[in-house]
Amino acid sequence: MSVLGHYNYWVTVFLMTAGLYIVIARGNLVKKLIGLSIFQTSVYLLYVAPGKVIGGTAPIIAPGYTLYSNPLPHVLILTAIVVGVATLALGLALAVRIHEQYGSIEEDEILAADREAEERA
Amino acid sequence: MAVLTVGVAVQRNLFSVVILSGIYSFLMATVLVALDAVDVGMTEASVGAGVSSVLLLGALTLCGGEEAKPLNRRWLPLLLAAVIVGALVYGTLGLPGFADPNAPIHMVVAPRYLERAVTETGVPNVVTAVLASYRGYDTLGETTVVFTAGAGVIALLRRRRRAAKGAK
Repeated sequence: MSVLGHYNYWVTVFLMTAGLYIVIARGNLVKKLIGLSIFQTSVYLLYVAPGKVIGGTAPIIAPGYTLYSNPLPHVLILTAIVVGVATLALGLALAVRIHEQYGSIEEDEILAADREAEERA
Repeated sequence: MAVLTVGVAVQRNLFSVVILSGIYSFLMATVLVALDAVDVGMTEASVGAGVSSVLLLGALTLCGGEEAKPLNRRWLPLLLAAVIVGALVYGTLGLPGFADPNAPIHMVVAPRYLERAVTETGVPNVVTAVLASYRGYDTLGETTVVFTAGAGVIALLRRRRRAAKGAK
């Protein structure tokens, strides 16, 4: 076990927590979604990095190559990317609707508006 | 990439945040290609950097591009993030090292695909073979998810157009 051998995991961990921090600490809904997509890309790295083999090549069968990287994580992550952009689109559509209803996409302003509406009711 | 991520976290002008996240996606695509995941790299470059940026910019033109001052409770999330980093790094110490050919991930399932994909499906690109042939039902499910998301977006934004018409 070496320090360098785990460097890829630590990059993943950093990106993951940075994304999580943006999601928790920022009140802007669009910013939260960007944080979420950073979180997602860190998961791509988490999956694809262990599939790499030193001296291996991309998993396209061709004469002259015998060592290939693991194709399975690539397949899973292809699906994840496409689903990720679908979620992003849905989240942005929700943000646009919220902006029309409340005139703001800041979390605290929306909550304040909700509280006011409750008091009036 | 770390610099860009911190930039995304700190920058309050949302347009620069979107541009930064586009650059971030391209960098991520290069990293993926370096890790031999060429298909994933291309998808990330087109979908992550292309479509996502367009969607984000479209949302920003509708919502306005400046973020308000960050909330007051700044230390709690940072503390939480630090704790999670600690726990995850401790967890990674038990994982196999980078590009270790004897890691368990390379021992099962994958060699079978690599050996038989060409004879069984006739597709030399194993990623395509697994995606479209062996795990075709997964891809069908994925398409369903994308379709549902698209239907949801249309439903949300159509109500808005009708409301605008009613206001007039």
